[in-house]
Amino acid sequence: MNWRTLFIDSSPDDSQSVPFAARALSLSLAGLGLSLVLFASFYVLQYQWNWAAAFRYKAKFIDGWLNTLGISAASLVFSFSIGVLSIMAFRSRFLPLRYLSNLYVEAIRGTPLLVQIYLFFYVISDAAGIENRYVVGIAIMALFSGAYISEILRAGIDGIGRSQLLSAKAIGFTEYQTFRYVIAPQALRASLPALAGQTANLIKDSSLLSIIAISEFTLNAQEVNAITYSSFESFFPLALGYLALTLPIMRLSRLLEQRLRFET
Amino acid sequence: MNLHIEAISKSYGTQTALKSLSLSVEGARCVALIGPSGGGKSTCLRLLAGLEVPDSGRIRINGSELESREDKLIAYRKRVGVVFQSFNLFPHLDALTNVALPLEKAHGYDRATAIEKAEEVLAQFQLANHSRKKPSELSGGQNQRVAIARALAPDPDLIFLDEPTSALDPEMTAEVIEAIDRLIAADKDLVIATHQMGFAKRAADRVALIAEGSLVESGLAKELIENPKTPRAQKFLGACLES
Repeated sequence: MNWRTLFIDSSPDDSQSVPFAARALSLSLAGLGLSLVLFASFYVLQYQWNWAAAFRYKAKFIDGWLNTLGISAASLVFSFSIGVLSIMAFRSRFLPLRYLSNLYVEAIRGTPLLVQIYLFFYVISDAAGIENRYVVGIAIMALFSGAYISEILRAGIDGIGRSQLLSAKAIGFTEYQTFRYVIAPQALRASLPALAGQTANLIKDSSLLSIIAISEFTLNAQEVNAITYSSFESFFPLALGYLALTLPIMRLSRLLEQRLRFET
Repeated sequence: MNLHIEAISKSYGTQTALKSLSLSVEGARCVALIGPSGGGKSTCLRLLAGLEVPDSGRIRINGSELESREDKLIAYRKRVGVVFQSFNLFPHLDALTNVALPLEKAHGYDRATAIEKAEEVLAQFQLANHSRKKPSELSGGQNQRVAIARALAPDPDLIFLDEPTSALDPEMTAEVIEAIDRLIAADKDLVIATHQMGFAKRAADRVALIAEGSLVESGLAKELIENPKTPRAQKFLGACLES
């Protein structure tokens, strides 16, 4: 085998898949490069590793990881409902509803999540007397992600050609039937890859809930750092824990995207 | 069919599609709308099919006036069929479901009956072997036949066809024209916008030439196509003969 084939993709339009040997070798090389940079950084810092101390608190990591999983799953369900409601309001003929949806999406997309968390936690949930931090956390994430889901669904709906809407009219469908049997199934299908991607975002963004002392993955990792007087050890399991959730989802998103491209 | 169009006008923004078009046809079986592209044929057909509402003017079909209220229009659309130039089938559904879905959801058949009836109609158009294929897996001619089957399945009084062969090559055009002949044989009244003069002359009994948003000339098909009276019609039909 020519050594060049191990490092260079010579297929004209990226159509062929890279052979296994080349993939394995090139991937390890890339990984090695990254590790070297990390290793060199720690070497320069003269950092004293103390993995044993971090390992003693493994239960705390697992608890936090499970909490993040639970918060994300619950937020996902609610954010999807909010996204659907928002897009229905946006398409409504009743103007106040339409503008409400508009304002909601723009306010959420135009402000940092951190600001939303502070505002919601210290103002709205305080005023409403919601005691449970987890409920607040899930509500914040659901509202935040719901705006993005609403936008994703809107793009899916916009992608449906006018000719199909005319056709639905011609066969005597009502507006509701057109939405239910023509628009919704196609828009949902077209939105799936982006929705999967948004789920990965939701999981990562939930780390910001640590600032209102919700004991999710990131906060627990920070606590382990504090207890063990270490600085970095817990960040590695933290990163790996998030990757374990987001990598499969991003993979799924890719697959859905490919399937969609193949179909159309 | 009896068709009475009284001075209908339709504009899209600043674009005027129809300028006070009037047309009266009585006792016709197949009416062909001919004329240059962009002259108003398709708009006229969409208004007749109740897909859009004219800005002014009135349309009476078989004695009853087309109303502009949405619920009346939906009821009217269920009684007529429409076939579009680019088929307009639903890409996420297979041929069978494209035909059966309107039967089930708009016409209230139960699912089994809807599917049975859809299969029957597809078979009439030699599509029985393609019923489980999606529009992307079918040729243009096959898709247009599915669209014709979809229009015919609810057993409408009247079918509108908007340039049904304009997006097809000559071979597929022949296969779709055969399907349209089948509609005529099944005793359906048709209004068809078309550039196929041969078909119009043979199959239509009335022809209306529409250009620049108004009626230029109308009359018996053979007579008008062979002996147009107005200079505008002579020019258009002369151009058709040359091509």
